[in-house]
Amino acid sequence: MARIRDIAQICKSKNAGPFMVTIDVLFEDHDLYRRVKATGVLNAALFAKLYGVAEQDVLFTPYDTAAAFKATLPRLVPAGDFGDTDVYGAQQHAPLLDVDIPLNDLR
Amino acid sequence: MNEYRMLSTSGILGYGYAEESLKIGMSWEPHVIGCDGGSTDPGPYYLGAGKSFCSRLSVKRDLRLMLIAAVAAKIPCIIGTSGGAGGEPHLQDTATLVREIAREEGLSFRMALIHSEQSAESLIERINAGATRPLAKMKPLDAATVKRATRIVGMMGPEPIARALDGGAQVILAGRSSDPAQWAGPAIRAGFNPAPSWYAGKMLECGAEPTVPKEPDNIFLRVRDDHIICEPPNPIRRSTPLAVANFALHENSSPIHHTEPGGLLDTSECVFEAINDRAVKVSGMTWTPAKTYTIKLEGVEEAGFRAISICGTRDPVLIGQVDSYLETHRAKVAAKAASFGVPPTDYTMLVRTYGKDGVMAGWEPVKEITSHELGFVIEVLGKTQDIANAVLAMARTSMLHADFPGRLCKEGNMAFPYSPSDIELGAMYRFSVFHVVTPKDPYEMFPIEYETV
Repeated sequence: MARIRDIAQICKSKNAGPFMVTIDVLFEDHDLYRRVKATGVLNAALFAKLYGVAEQDVLFTPYDTAAAFKATLPRLVPAGDFGDTDVYGAQQHAPLLDVDIPLNDLR
Repeated sequence: MNEYRMLSTSGILGYGYAEESLKIGMSWEPHVIGCDGGSTDPGPYYLGAGKSFCSRLSVKRDLRLMLIAAVAAKIPCIIGTSGGAGGEPHLQDTATLVREIAREEGLSFRMALIHSEQSAESLIERINAGATRPLAKMKPLDAATVKRATRIVGMMGPEPIARALDGGAQVILAGRSSDPAQWAGPAIRAGFNPAPSWYAGKMLECGAEPTVPKEPDNIFLRVRDDHIICEPPNPIRRSTPLAVANFALHENSSPIHHTEPGGLLDTSECVFEAINDRAVKVSGMTWTPAKTYTIKLEGVEEAGFRAISICGTRDPVLIGQVDSYLETHRAKVAAKAASFGVPPTDYTMLVRTYGKDGVMAGWEPVKEITSHELGFVIEVLGKTQDIANAVLAMARTSMLHADFPGRLCKEGNMAFPYSPSDIELGAMYRFSVFHVVTPKDPYEMFPIEYETV
Protein backbone atom coordinates (compact mmCIF):
# COMPACT_ATOMS: atom_id res chain seq x y z
CA MET A 1 0.00 0.00 0.00
CA ALA A 2 1.14 3.56 -0.65
CA ARG A 3 -0.40 6.82 0.41
CA ILE A 4 -0.92 9.61 -2.13
CA ARG A 5 1.31 11.90 -0.04
CA ASP A 6 4.19 9.44 -0.45
CA ILE A 7 3.92 8.76 -4.18
CA ALA A 8 2.48 11.91 -5.87
CA GLN A 9 4.58 15.00 -6.63
CA ILE A 10 1.64 17.41 -6.53
CA CYS A 11 -1.66 17.22 -4.65
CA LYS A 12 -3.56 20.52 -4.54
CA SER A 13 -6.94 22.20 -4.57
CA LYS A 14 -8.14 25.49 -6.05
CA ASN A 15 -11.26 27.31 -7.14
CA ALA A 16 -12.63 26.54 -10.57
CA GLY A 17 -14.85 29.62 -10.58
CA PRO A 18 -16.69 30.78 -7.44
CA PHE A 19 -18.94 27.73 -7.13
CA MET A 20 -16.58 24.79 -7.69
CA VAL A 21 -13.38 23.45 -6.18
CA THR A 22 -10.99 21.39 -8.27
CA ILE A 23 -8.51 18.91 -6.82
CA ASP A 24 -5.48 17.67 -8.77
CA VAL A 25 -3.01 14.85 -8.21
CA LEU A 26 0.06 14.71 -10.48
CA PHE A 27 2.87 12.23 -10.90
CA GLU A 28 6.29 12.92 -12.35
CA ASP A 29 6.71 9.24 -13.25
CA HIS A 30 4.22 8.36 -16.00
CA ASP A 31 4.65 4.64 -15.34
CA LEU A 32 3.68 5.08 -11.70
CA TYR A 33 0.67 7.17 -12.83
CA ARG A 34 -0.46 4.32 -15.08
CA ARG A 35 -0.17 1.84 -12.22
CA VAL A 36 -2.12 4.11 -9.88
CA LYS A 37 -4.76 4.54 -12.56
CA ALA A 38 -4.95 0.76 -13.08
CA THR A 39 -5.87 0.20 -9.40
CA GLY A 40 -9.08 2.16 -10.03
CA VAL A 41 -8.98 3.59 -6.48
CA LEU A 42 -9.12 7.20 -7.66
CA ASN A 43 -12.55 7.78 -9.14
CA ALA A 44 -15.63 9.96 -8.79
CA ALA A 45 -17.08 7.72 -6.05
CA LEU A 46 -13.97 8.18 -3.87
CA PHE A 47 -14.18 11.98 -4.10
CA ALA A 48 -17.92 11.87 -3.43
CA LYS A 49 -17.24 9.85 -0.26
CA LEU A 50 -14.28 11.98 0.94
CA TYR A 51 -16.15 15.25 0.48
CA GLY A 52 -19.71 14.13 1.17
CA VAL A 53 -21.10 15.24 -2.19
CA ALA A 54 -23.25 13.33 -4.67
CA GLU A 55 -21.26 11.21 -7.10
CA GLN A 56 -23.05 12.71 -10.10
CA ASP A 57 -21.81 16.15 -8.97
CA VAL A 58 -18.15 15.08 -9.24
CA LEU A 59 -16.45 15.62 -12.59
CA PHE A 60 -13.53 13.18 -12.48
CA THR A 61 -11.00 13.20 -15.34
CA PRO A 62 -7.76 11.26 -15.61
CA TYR A 63 -5.40 13.26 -17.86
CA ASP A 64 -2.96 10.72 -19.26
CA THR A 65 -0.59 13.00 -21.13
CA ALA A 66 0.02 15.04 -17.95
CA ALA A 67 0.03 11.97 -15.65
CA ALA A 68 -2.67 13.67 -13.61
CA PHE A 69 -6.08 13.08 -12.05
CA LYS A 70 -8.53 15.93 -11.67
CA ALA A 71 -11.78 16.01 -9.71
CA THR A 72 -14.07 19.04 -9.66
CA LEU A 73 -16.89 19.30 -7.15
CA PRO A 74 -19.40 21.89 -5.96
CA ARG A 75 -18.33 23.97 -2.96
CA LEU A 76 -20.30 23.76 0.28
CA VAL A 77 -20.45 27.57 0.25
CA PRO A 78 -19.69 29.80 -2.78
CA ALA A 79 -16.34 31.62 -2.59
CA GLY A 80 -16.53 34.56 -0.21
CA ASP A 81 -20.15 33.96 0.79
CA PHE A 82 -21.14 33.83 4.46
CA GLY A 83 -19.58 30.77 6.08
CA ASP A 84 -16.96 30.14 3.41
CA THR A 85 -13.68 29.11 5.02
CA ASP A 86 -11.38 29.20 1.99
CA VAL A 87 -11.93 32.00 -0.55
CA TYR A 88 -9.26 30.63 -2.92
CA GLY A 89 -10.16 26.98 -2.28
CA ALA A 90 -6.44 26.28 -1.83
CA GLN A 91 -6.58 24.11 1.32
CA GLN A 92 -9.19 21.46 0.59
CA HIS A 93 -6.86 18.73 -0.63
CA ALA A 94 -5.83 17.13 2.69
CA PRO A 95 -8.34 14.23 2.80
CA LEU A 96 -6.75 12.92 -0.37
CA LEU A 97 -3.22 12.76 1.04
CA ASP A 98 -3.94 9.70 3.16
CA VAL A 99 -5.77 7.70 0.51
CA ASP A 100 -4.04 4.35 0.19
CA ILE A 101 -3.24 3.01 -3.25
CA PRO A 102 -2.73 -0.76 -3.37
CA LEU A 103 0.63 -0.86 -5.18
CA ASN A 104 2.37 -4.02 -4.00
CA ASP A 105 5.60 -3.78 -5.95
CA LEU A 106 6.45 -0.14 -5.21
CA ARG A 107 10.13 0.54 -5.75
CA MET B 1 7.14 35.54 -38.98
CA ASN B 2 7.76 31.99 -37.76
CA GLU B 3 7.05 32.61 -34.10
CA TYR B 4 5.15 35.10 -31.98
CA ARG B 5 6.82 35.98 -28.68
CA MET B 6 4.99 37.14 -25.57
CA LEU B 7 6.21 38.10 -22.11
CA SER B 8 3.98 38.08 -19.05
CA THR B 9 5.50 39.78 -16.04
CA SER B 10 3.67 38.25 -13.10
CA GLY B 11 0.74 36.20 -11.82
CA ILE B 12 -1.23 39.34 -11.17
CA LEU B 13 -0.23 42.95 -11.73
CA GLY B 14 1.03 44.05 -8.32
CA TYR B 15 2.26 40.63 -7.17
CA GLY B 16 5.77 41.73 -8.12
CA TYR B 17 8.56 40.24 -10.27
CA ALA B 18 12.32 40.49 -10.51
CA GLU B 19 13.44 43.56 -12.50
CA GLU B 20 16.28 41.45 -13.89
CA SER B 21 13.74 38.97 -15.34
CA LEU B 22 12.15 41.76 -17.36
CA LYS B 23 15.57 42.87 -18.68
CA ILE B 24 16.41 39.33 -19.80
CA GLY B 25 12.91 38.76 -21.17
CA MET B 26 13.06 42.00 -23.18
CA SER B 27 16.39 40.90 -24.70
CA TRP B 28 14.49 37.92 -26.17
CA GLU B 29 12.54 40.48 -28.24
CA PRO B 30 8.88 39.90 -27.34
CA HIS B 31 6.20 41.19 -29.72
CA VAL B 32 3.99 42.08 -26.76
CA ILE B 33 4.28 42.27 -22.98
CA GLY B 34 1.53 42.35 -20.42
CA CYS B 35 0.07 41.10 -17.20
CA ASP B 36 -3.25 39.86 -15.93
CA GLY B 37 -4.88 42.17 -13.41
CA GLY B 38 -6.99 39.61 -11.57
CA SER B 39 -10.15 37.51 -11.62
CA THR B 40 -13.03 36.45 -9.37
CA ASP B 41 -10.53 34.42 -7.35
CA PRO B 42 -10.16 36.82 -4.39
CA GLY B 43 -13.92 36.64 -3.91
CA PRO B 44 -16.90 38.91 -4.52
CA TYR B 45 -15.86 41.87 -2.35
CA TYR B 46 -13.53 43.58 -4.81
CA LEU B 47 -15.99 43.57 -7.70
CA GLY B 48 -18.71 44.89 -5.40
CA ALA B 49 -16.66 47.55 -3.62
CA GLY B 50 -14.91 48.71 -6.81
CA LYS B 51 -11.52 48.22 -5.20
CA SER B 52 -8.31 46.48 -6.21
CA PHE B 53 -6.99 43.64 -4.07
CA CYS B 54 -3.40 44.59 -4.88
CA SER B 55 -2.01 47.77 -3.41
CA ARG B 56 -1.64 50.94 -5.46
CA LEU B 57 2.08 51.06 -4.60
CA SER B 58 2.86 47.54 -5.81
CA VAL B 59 0.72 47.86 -8.95
CA LYS B 60 2.43 51.13 -9.82
CA ARG B 61 5.85 49.58 -9.39
CA ASP B 62 5.00 46.62 -11.66
CA LEU B 63 3.33 48.86 -14.23
CA ARG B 64 6.11 51.47 -14.29
CA LEU B 65 8.81 49.00 -15.32
CA MET B 66 6.52 47.48 -17.96
CA LEU B 67 5.55 50.82 -19.53
CA ILE B 68 9.18 51.97 -19.69
CA ALA B 69 10.21 48.66 -21.30
CA ALA B 70 7.31 48.62 -23.80
CA VAL B 71 7.84 52.22 -24.92
CA ALA B 72 11.60 51.67 -25.33
CA ALA B 73 11.01 48.52 -27.42
CA LYS B 74 8.04 50.09 -29.31
CA ILE B 75 5.79 47.12 -28.51
CA PRO B 76 2.31 46.95 -26.99
CA CYS B 77 1.73 46.55 -23.26
CA ILE B 78 -1.60 44.93 -22.43
CA ILE B 79 -3.26 44.64 -19.01
CA GLY B 80 -6.13 42.15 -18.70
CA THR B 81 -8.88 42.42 -16.07
CA SER B 82 -7.58 45.80 -14.97
CA GLY B 83 -7.72 46.66 -11.29
CA GLY B 84 -8.39 43.09 -10.19
CA ALA B 85 -12.05 42.75 -11.14
CA GLY B 86 -12.33 44.72 -14.39
CA GLY B 87 -15.27 46.94 -13.39
CA GLU B 88 -15.39 50.63 -14.31
CA PRO B 89 -13.76 51.91 -11.08
CA HIS B 90 -11.02 49.28 -11.45
CA LEU B 91 -10.37 50.31 -15.04
CA GLN B 92 -10.33 54.03 -14.19
CA ASP B 93 -7.97 53.54 -11.23
CA THR B 94 -5.54 51.66 -13.46
CA ALA B 95 -5.76 54.37 -16.14
CA THR B 96 -5.00 57.01 -13.51
CA LEU B 97 -1.88 55.08 -12.52
CA VAL B 98 -0.77 54.80 -16.15
CA ARG B 99 -1.19 58.56 -16.69
CA GLU B 100 0.72 59.28 -13.48
CA ILE B 101 3.61 57.04 -14.48
CA ALA B 102 3.71 58.52 -18.00
CA ARG B 103 3.93 62.01 -16.50
CA GLU B 104 6.63 61.02 -14.04
CA GLU B 105 8.70 59.15 -16.64
CA GLY B 106 8.08 61.47 -19.60
CA LEU B 107 6.44 58.69 -21.64
CA SER B 108 3.91 59.22 -24.41
CA PHE B 109 1.71 56.69 -26.17
CA ARG B 110 -1.76 55.98 -27.49
CA MET B 111 -3.84 54.18 -24.87
CA ALA B 112 -7.06 52.21 -25.21
CA LEU B 113 -9.51 51.55 -22.39
CA ILE B 114 -11.84 48.65 -23.10
CA HIS B 115 -14.90 48.88 -20.89
CA SER B 116 -16.60 45.75 -19.62
CA GLU B 117 -19.08 46.89 -17.00
CA GLN B 118 -22.65 46.18 -18.16
CA SER B 119 -25.61 48.41 -17.38
CA ALA B 120 -28.72 46.89 -15.80
CA GLU B 121 -30.87 48.23 -18.67
CA SER B 122 -28.74 46.57 -21.35
CA LEU B 123 -28.80 43.26 -19.50
CA ILE B 124 -32.56 43.37 -18.95
CA GLU B 125 -32.95 43.85 -22.71
CA ARG B 126 -30.78 40.76 -23.24
CA ILE B 127 -32.86 38.79 -20.71
CA ASN B 128 -36.05 39.84 -22.50
CA ALA B 129 -34.53 38.80 -25.81
CA GLY B 130 -33.80 35.34 -24.37
CA ALA B 131 -30.06 35.84 -24.83
CA THR B 132 -28.91 34.68 -21.38
CA ARG B 133 -28.54 31.31 -19.68
CA PRO B 134 -27.25 30.21 -16.26
CA LEU B 135 -23.90 28.60 -15.45
CA ALA B 136 -23.15 26.22 -12.57
CA LYS B 137 -26.37 25.75 -10.60
CA MET B 138 -27.62 29.33 -10.89
CA LYS B 139 -31.26 30.07 -11.64
CA PRO B 140 -32.06 31.70 -14.99
CA LEU B 141 -31.17 35.39 -14.92
CA ASP B 142 -34.07 37.75 -14.21
CA ALA B 143 -34.51 41.51 -14.13
CA ALA B 144 -34.80 41.60 -10.31
CA THR B 145 -31.40 39.91 -9.87
CA VAL B 146 -29.82 42.33 -12.31
CA LYS B 147 -31.34 45.35 -10.55
CA ARG B 148 -30.21 44.08 -7.14
CA ALA B 149 -26.62 43.61 -8.33
CA THR B 150 -24.03 46.16 -7.23
CA ARG B 151 -21.92 45.60 -10.32
CA ILE B 152 -21.92 43.25 -13.30
CA VAL B 153 -19.09 42.79 -15.78
CA GLY B 154 -18.91 40.87 -19.03
CA MET B 155 -15.79 38.82 -19.69
CA MET B 156 -14.39 39.82 -23.06
CA GLY B 157 -12.68 37.52 -25.53
CA PRO B 158 -9.60 38.33 -27.62
CA GLU B 159 -11.46 40.26 -30.34
CA PRO B 160 -11.83 43.68 -28.63
CA ILE B 161 -8.16 43.52 -27.61
CA ALA B 162 -7.08 42.78 -31.19
CA ARG B 163 -9.31 45.64 -32.37
CA ALA B 164 -7.61 48.05 -29.95
CA LEU B 165 -4.29 47.04 -31.53
CA ASP B 166 -5.84 47.73 -34.97
CA GLY B 167 -6.78 51.12 -33.57
CA GLY B 168 -3.12 51.88 -32.94
CA ALA B 169 -3.10 51.55 -29.16
CA GLN B 170 0.26 50.79 -27.62
CA VAL B 171 -1.05 50.51 -24.07
CA ILE B 172 -4.29 48.58 -23.67
CA LEU B 173 -6.18 48.42 -20.41
CA ALA B 174 -8.91 45.83 -20.68
CA GLY B 175 -11.79 45.60 -18.26
CA ARG B 176 -12.78 42.06 -17.31
CA SER B 177 -11.24 39.74 -19.86
CA SER B 178 -10.93 35.99 -20.10
CA ASP B 179 -7.47 35.33 -18.65
CA PRO B 180 -5.86 34.02 -21.88
CA ALA B 181 -7.67 36.53 -24.15
CA GLN B 182 -5.11 39.33 -23.79
CA TRP B 183 -2.52 36.94 -25.25
CA ALA B 184 -4.64 34.96 -27.72
CA GLY B 185 -5.82 38.29 -29.19
CA PRO B 186 -2.45 39.63 -30.40
CA ALA B 187 -1.14 36.20 -31.45
CA ILE B 188 -4.20 35.34 -33.55
CA ARG B 189 -4.20 38.87 -35.00
CA ALA B 190 -0.56 38.30 -36.06
CA GLY B 191 -1.74 35.31 -38.08
CA PHE B 192 -1.02 32.43 -35.71
CA ASN B 193 -3.33 29.46 -35.23
CA PRO B 194 -5.92 29.80 -32.48
CA ALA B 195 -5.00 26.52 -30.72
CA PRO B 196 -1.38 27.37 -29.79
CA SER B 197 -2.32 31.04 -29.34
CA TRP B 198 -4.96 30.17 -26.72
CA TYR B 199 -2.70 27.62 -25.12
CA ALA B 200 0.07 30.21 -24.84
CA GLY B 201 -2.46 32.52 -23.22
CA LYS B 202 -3.22 29.87 -20.63
CA MET B 203 0.50 29.54 -19.85
CA LEU B 204 0.99 33.32 -19.67
CA GLU B 205 -2.02 34.22 -17.53
CA CYS B 206 -0.29 33.59 -14.20
CA GLY B 207 3.28 34.63 -14.92
CA ALA B 208 5.95 32.18 -13.77
CA GLU B 209 3.47 29.61 -12.39
CA PRO B 210 4.55 26.96 -14.93
CA THR B 211 8.06 26.99 -13.46
CA VAL B 212 10.02 25.74 -10.48
CA PRO B 213 10.53 27.31 -8.03
CA LYS B 214 7.01 28.65 -8.52
CA GLU B 215 6.76 32.30 -7.43
CA PRO B 216 5.36 35.47 -9.02
CA ASP B 217 7.77 36.38 -11.84
CA ASN B 218 8.07 36.62 -15.64
CA ILE B 219 7.26 33.89 -18.15
CA PHE B 220 8.11 33.92 -21.86
CA LEU B 221 6.10 32.08 -24.52
CA ARG B 222 6.88 31.38 -28.15
CA VAL B 223 3.85 30.57 -30.31
CA ARG B 224 4.70 28.57 -33.41
CA ASP B 225 2.65 26.89 -36.11
CA ASP B 226 1.47 23.91 -34.07
CA HIS B 227 3.15 24.21 -30.69
CA ILE B 228 4.32 26.58 -27.99
CA ILE B 229 7.56 26.86 -26.03
CA CYS B 230 7.48 28.00 -22.43
CA GLU B 231 10.60 29.35 -20.71
CA PRO B 232 11.19 31.68 -17.74
CA PRO B 233 13.63 34.57 -18.26
CA ASN B 234 14.86 34.42 -14.65
CA PRO B 235 17.86 32.04 -14.56
CA ILE B 236 16.89 30.76 -11.10
CA ARG B 237 13.69 29.21 -12.54
CA ARG B 238 13.06 26.35 -14.94
CA SER B 239 10.01 25.20 -16.84
CA THR B 240 9.75 21.42 -16.54
CA PRO B 241 7.14 19.08 -18.07
CA LEU B 242 5.67 18.52 -14.58
CA ALA B 243 5.46 22.26 -13.85
CA VAL B 244 3.84 22.98 -17.21
CA ALA B 245 1.43 20.03 -16.98
CA ASN B 246 0.54 21.07 -13.44
CA PHE B 247 -0.30 24.56 -14.58
CA ALA B 248 -2.41 23.20 -17.45
CA LEU B 249 -4.82 21.98 -14.74
CA HIS B 250 -5.00 25.37 -13.00
CA GLU B 251 -8.47 26.68 -12.08
CA ASN B 252 -10.33 24.69 -14.71
CA SER B 253 -13.08 22.22 -13.99
CA SER B 254 -11.81 19.94 -16.76
CA PRO B 255 -8.14 19.35 -17.62
CA ILE B 256 -8.95 18.73 -21.26
CA HIS B 257 -11.83 20.99 -22.25
CA HIS B 258 -11.39 24.73 -21.82
CA THR B 259 -14.42 26.78 -22.80
CA GLU B 260 -13.58 30.25 -24.10
CA PRO B 261 -15.82 32.98 -25.56
CA GLY B 262 -15.46 31.83 -29.18
CA GLY B 263 -14.79 28.14 -28.86
CA LEU B 264 -13.25 25.20 -27.07
CA LEU B 265 -9.55 24.53 -26.48
CA ASP B 266 -9.01 20.77 -26.28
CA THR B 267 -5.78 19.71 -24.57
CA SER B 268 -6.48 15.98 -24.28
CA GLU B 269 -3.81 15.08 -26.85
CA CYS B 270 -1.16 17.52 -25.63
CA VAL B 271 2.44 16.33 -25.42
CA PHE B 272 4.78 17.98 -22.92
CA GLU B 273 8.47 17.70 -23.88
CA ALA B 274 11.54 19.19 -22.25
CA ILE B 275 13.60 20.76 -25.06
CA ASN B 276 16.40 21.55 -22.61
CA ASP B 277 16.65 21.73 -18.85
CA ARG B 278 14.60 24.95 -18.59
CA ALA B 279 12.18 25.11 -21.53
CA VAL B 280 9.18 22.96 -22.40
CA LYS B 281 7.46 22.40 -25.73
CA VAL B 282 3.73 21.65 -25.74
CA SER B 283 2.06 20.39 -28.91
CA GLY B 284 -1.17 18.60 -29.82
CA MET B 285 -3.73 21.19 -28.69
CA THR B 286 -6.81 21.76 -30.87
CA TRP B 287 -9.33 24.57 -31.17
CA THR B 288 -12.96 24.11 -32.16
CA PRO B 289 -14.88 27.32 -32.85
CA ALA B 290 -18.20 27.52 -31.01
CA LYS B 291 -21.47 27.54 -32.97
CA THR B 292 -22.59 30.47 -30.83
CA TYR B 293 -20.28 33.15 -29.44
CA THR B 294 -20.92 33.60 -25.69
CA ILE B 295 -19.78 36.07 -23.05
CA LYS B 296 -19.68 35.19 -19.38
CA LEU B 297 -21.24 37.62 -16.91
CA GLU B 298 -20.00 38.05 -13.35
CA GLY B 299 -21.98 40.06 -10.85
CA VAL B 300 -22.29 40.55 -7.11
CA GLU B 301 -24.92 41.91 -4.75
CA GLU B 302 -24.76 43.30 -1.24
CA ALA B 303 -25.51 40.74 1.47
CA GLY B 304 -25.30 42.98 4.56
CA PHE B 305 -22.48 44.36 6.71
CA ARG B 306 -19.85 42.50 8.65
CA ALA B 307 -17.71 42.83 11.74
CA ILE B 308 -15.24 40.32 13.14
CA SER B 309 -13.11 39.75 16.22
CA ILE B 310 -10.14 37.39 16.63
CA CYS B 311 -9.26 35.56 19.85
CA GLY B 312 -7.81 32.31 21.15
CA THR B 313 -7.93 30.04 24.15
CA ARG B 314 -5.14 28.06 25.84
CA ASP B 315 -7.45 26.63 28.50
CA PRO B 316 -7.66 22.80 28.34
CA VAL B 317 -10.91 22.69 30.32
CA LEU B 318 -12.59 24.95 27.76
CA ILE B 319 -11.00 23.17 24.79
CA GLY B 320 -12.42 19.89 26.12
CA GLN B 321 -15.98 21.24 25.87
CA VAL B 322 -15.69 23.78 23.09
CA ASP B 323 -18.80 22.65 21.19
CA SER B 324 -21.14 23.02 24.14
CA TYR B 325 -19.39 26.26 25.12
CA LEU B 326 -20.11 27.75 21.71
CA GLU B 327 -23.75 26.63 21.90
CA THR B 328 -24.12 28.37 25.25
CA HIS B 329 -22.35 31.41 23.85
CA ARG B 330 -24.74 31.59 20.90
CA ALA B 331 -27.79 31.50 23.19
CA LYS B 332 -26.34 34.21 25.46
CA VAL B 333 -25.62 36.49 22.51
CA ALA B 334 -29.12 35.98 21.09
CA ALA B 335 -30.73 36.89 24.43
CA LYS B 336 -28.56 39.97 24.93
CA ALA B 337 -29.03 41.18 21.35
CA ALA B 338 -32.79 40.80 21.73
CA SER B 339 -32.57 42.83 24.95
CA PHE B 340 -31.10 45.79 23.09
CA GLY B 341 -33.62 45.49 20.30
CA VAL B 342 -31.91 43.34 17.65
CA PRO B 343 -34.00 40.27 16.75
CA PRO B 344 -32.31 37.10 15.38
CA THR B 345 -33.65 37.92 11.89
CA ASP B 346 -31.44 41.02 11.72
CA TYR B 347 -28.10 39.26 11.96
CA THR B 348 -26.25 35.97 11.51
CA MET B 349 -23.37 34.98 13.79
CA LEU B 350 -20.63 32.50 13.07
CA VAL B 351 -17.70 31.47 15.27
CA ARG B 352 -14.89 29.85 13.29
CA THR B 353 -12.70 27.50 15.33
CA TYR B 354 -9.12 27.15 14.09
CA GLY B 355 -7.50 24.02 15.49
CA LYS B 356 -10.78 22.17 14.94
CA ASP B 357 -12.41 22.81 11.56
CA GLY B 358 -11.58 26.42 10.68
CA VAL B 359 -10.15 25.47 7.27
CA MET B 360 -12.50 22.77 6.00
CA ALA B 361 -15.71 23.21 8.07
CA GLY B 362 -18.22 20.65 6.82
CA TRP B 363 -15.58 18.84 4.74
CA GLU B 364 -13.26 18.26 7.73
CA PRO B 365 -12.92 14.50 8.27
CA VAL B 366 -10.90 14.78 11.53
CA LYS B 367 -13.29 15.12 14.45
CA GLU B 368 -10.92 14.89 17.42
CA ILE B 369 -9.20 18.08 18.65
CA THR B 370 -5.54 17.45 19.51
CA SER B 371 -4.31 21.04 19.67
CA HIS B 372 -3.31 22.69 22.96
CA GLU B 373 -4.78 25.98 21.79
CA LEU B 374 -7.72 27.01 19.61
CA GLY B 375 -8.15 30.18 17.58
CA PHE B 376 -11.54 31.79 16.99
CA VAL B 377 -12.87 34.30 14.54
CA ILE B 378 -16.20 35.66 15.71
CA GLU B 379 -18.15 37.03 12.78
CA VAL B 380 -21.45 38.86 12.61
CA LEU B 381 -23.30 39.71 9.41
CA GLY B 382 -25.92 42.35 10.15
CA LYS B 383 -28.59 44.22 8.24
CA THR B 384 -26.63 47.41 8.97
CA GLN B 385 -23.08 48.09 10.13
CA ASP B 386 -24.43 49.34 13.49
CA ILE B 387 -26.25 46.06 14.07
CA ALA B 388 -23.19 44.02 13.08
CA ASN B 389 -20.97 46.10 15.40
CA ALA B 390 -23.38 45.89 18.33
CA VAL B 391 -23.94 42.13 18.12
CA LEU B 392 -20.24 41.51 17.57
CA ALA B 393 -19.30 43.58 20.64
CA MET B 394 -21.70 41.51 22.72
CA ALA B 395 -20.42 38.26 21.18
CA ARG B 396 -16.82 39.26 21.92
CA THR B 397 -17.62 40.08 25.57
CA SER B 398 -19.55 36.83 25.95
CA MET B 399 -16.63 34.81 24.51
CA LEU B 400 -14.36 36.41 27.10
CA HIS B 401 -16.60 36.09 30.14
CA ALA B 402 -19.18 33.28 29.66
CA ASP B 403 -19.05 30.68 32.40
CA PHE B 404 -18.59 26.95 31.75
CA PRO B 405 -18.45 23.84 33.95
CA GLY B 406 -15.13 23.41 35.76
CA ARG B 407 -13.93 26.92 34.83
CA LEU B 408 -10.66 27.91 36.55
CA CYS B 409 -9.82 30.93 34.37
CA LYS B 410 -12.27 33.22 36.11
CA GLU B 411 -10.81 36.46 34.73
CA GLY B 412 -11.39 35.63 31.09
CA ASN B 413 -11.62 32.71 28.66
CA MET B 414 -9.89 34.24 25.67
CA ALA B 415 -6.68 35.96 24.64
CA PHE B 416 -7.43 38.90 22.33
CA PRO B 417 -4.36 39.94 20.31
CA TYR B 418 -5.69 43.38 19.32
CA SER B 419 -6.99 46.58 20.80
CA PRO B 420 -9.36 47.50 19.21
CA SER B 421 -10.64 43.95 19.33
CA ASP B 422 -13.47 44.50 16.86
CA ILE B 423 -12.86 44.96 13.14
CA GLU B 424 -15.48 46.45 10.82
CA LEU B 425 -15.38 44.71 7.44
CA GLY B 426 -18.03 46.94 5.88
CA ALA B 427 -20.36 45.70 3.17
CA MET B 428 -20.34 42.02 2.35
CA TYR B 429 -21.04 40.92 -1.21
CA ARG B 430 -21.97 37.60 -2.74
CA PHE B 431 -21.81 36.33 -6.29
CA SER B 432 -25.30 36.64 -7.70
CA VAL B 433 -24.73 36.66 -11.46
CA PHE B 434 -22.80 33.86 -13.11
CA HIS B 435 -24.43 33.48 -16.49
CA VAL B 436 -23.61 33.63 -20.17
CA VAL B 437 -25.05 35.97 -22.73
CA THR B 438 -25.09 35.66 -26.50
CA PRO B 439 -24.01 39.03 -27.89
CA LYS B 440 -24.63 40.24 -31.46
CA ASP B 441 -20.88 40.14 -31.99
CA PRO B 442 -17.72 39.88 -29.83
CA TYR B 443 -17.37 43.70 -29.67
CA GLU B 444 -20.73 45.28 -28.84
CA MET B 445 -20.50 44.75 -25.07
CA PHE B 446 -16.98 46.19 -24.84
CA PRO B 447 -16.67 49.78 -26.10
CA ILE B 448 -13.12 50.98 -26.75
CA GLU B 449 -12.04 54.49 -25.83
CA TYR B 450 -8.73 55.91 -27.09
CA GLU B 451 -6.60 58.68 -25.63
CA THR B 452 -3.13 60.05 -26.13
CA VAL B 453 -1.14 59.95 -22.93
